[in-house]
Amino acid sequence: MTDTIGTPILQAPAAEGAGDQHMVLNMGPQHPATHGVLRLVLEIDGEIIVRLYPEIGYLHTGIEKTCEAKFYQQVVPLTDRVNYLDPLSNNLCYCLAVEKLLGLEIPERAQWLRVLLAELSRLNSHLIWLGTHAMDIGALTVFLYTFREREEILRLFEALAGQRMMTSYIRIGGLSMEPPLGFLDRVQAFINTFPEKIDEYSNLLTGNPIFRNRLKGVGYLSAADAIALGVTGPPLRASGVDFDMRRDMPYSGYEKFQFHVPTSTDGDCWARYEVRLIEMRESVKIIQQALDGMPEGPVKADAPKIVLPDREKMKTQMEALIHHFKIVTEGFPVPAGEVYQGIEAGHGQTGYYVVSDGTAKPYRVHMRYPSFATLQALETMCKGRMLADVVAVIGSIDIVLGEIDR
Amino acid sequence: MNQTNTLTGKAAVLEGLAEHPAVKAVLAWNPQALTDATFDRGELTLTIAAGEIRAAAAAMQAAGYNFFEDMTAVDWFPSSPRFQLSYHLLSHAFKEHIRLRALVEEATPSIESITPVWPSANYYEREVFDLFGIRFEGHPNLRRILLPDEWEGHPLRKDYPVEGYR
Repeated sequence: MTDTIGTPILQAPAAEGAGDQHMVLNMGPQHPATHGVLRLVLEIDGEIIVRLYPEIGYLHTGIEKTCEAKFYQQVVPLTDRVNYLDPLSNNLCYCLAVEKLLGLEIPERAQWLRVLLAELSRLNSHLIWLGTHAMDIGALTVFLYTFREREEILRLFEALAGQRMMTSYIRIGGLSMEPPLGFLDRVQAFINTFPEKIDEYSNLLTGNPIFRNRLKGVGYLSAADAIALGVTGPPLRASGVDFDMRRDMPYSGYEKFQFHVPTSTDGDCWARYEVRLIEMRESVKIIQQALDGMPEGPVKADAPKIVLPDREKMKTQMEALIHHFKIVTEGFPVPAGEVYQGIEAGHGQTGYYVVSDGTAKPYRVHMRYPSFATLQALETMCKGRMLADVVAVIGSIDIVLGEIDR
Repeated sequence: MNQTNTLTGKAAVLEGLAEHPAVKAVLAWNPQALTDATFDRGELTLTIAAGEIRAAAAAMQAAGYNFFEDMTAVDWFPSSPRFQLSYHLLSHAFKEHIRLRALVEEATPSIESITPVWPSANYYEREVFDLFGIRFEGHPNLRRILLPDEWEGHPLRKDYPVEGYR
């Protein structure tokens, strides 16, 4: 296994005889436009990209190995930390996978709240993308605007879970607790004004000639390349592939919601910008439908051996106390088998592959995160373009290094 | 298709899901290479002989499973064969996943790369090589991806301690 040690990452220059003119340049790992610790090794001819090699792993924490040493319910907080910009989607995906293994039915109210929260989380993710992407291009103002709204979403999460980012609110079997009083009204107040805020961002960027010229025609990715390179989510739809897990393979009750899936055939950074902007508006529609039709009922499944009992019951009922003690100290056994659950998260398709051997700890948890695959398309998008375009392209594919390195 | 049904074994799946596009594709391609099959919790798993995995991937791609979504390994230490490789393929047209499974022996953990079929498998195979030490024949750039080049051992193997070597 040692045959690659010491060999250069970029082998001999691509073009014969071009060796002297080409330069190898390191971009990152500490670079403000790489959105984390991503190192790009670039072979450039003047300012033109000849080859590009992403070097990753600087944030690797072995989270999949850690999962194998935890009880099923203890993995939920770990999932928050993988993609820290879209925490509730991670929770949701993992919980759906384990619930599939268990064959657990989730109450309708919990499903609707999950949809509402996943969409809020998507807005959170898209707001960070928009702010940082615009900032990379030089439009600093938008960053301050989007973080204003993101702050409001984080306050909602804080009211809900006590945590701003690492929420762990979606649990196996439902939610951790009923949302606090007035929470849904606060969400309503937020989405009442949010479409105007999107107009505000759009006014700042869509007509901005610098922003437009930096994105139009840059980072082109054809539909065939997008599929071949494993690109998912908004970049895939911006390349003209009309596929969205929420609509096409619905989970957690998404089939009950009406929304439009935006696509574009341009396949450039501008198309990805436009697709995400429309997606934010569609998320608002989904949240509105969830608020309007929110069913009443419990937010936890009726499975006392899997779901932690309410605090009140624990103090008054012997059985609840025993169940609580058992779940916390021994976990709960999950029937043997393997499942793969995919969802549409903010960055693209997230998937959890969970293998159970019938014990209380997962035998194997594999996380499929969209940024990992999307990064493979970076070279195709940047080849033949100027060095400065790399910054625009990285911003437009919206990667999170936490989910690439895991 | 009833999502709650469980079909175990090649014969049961071939009979119960005769109309499934992936089952039809595998029968048209090479029924001998299909060593086992399961339909459980709404998910179809086709176990393919390890030497045939690239051809199987190409056959599935031709049958409409156009998107390679995910691939990883499971270490069944100490049983034999030790490693299981799971490939998750998605069809944008049929709107469903299938899983291809291949089993690899411990002695020379190696299997054909499917990167020539789906370039997106590149990083996934490097990840499995990095964390499990399974080699992929025909991979264009098989080197560690998440860990440093000089790292010793493969952390996701079951005989590698969770807290690492100190």
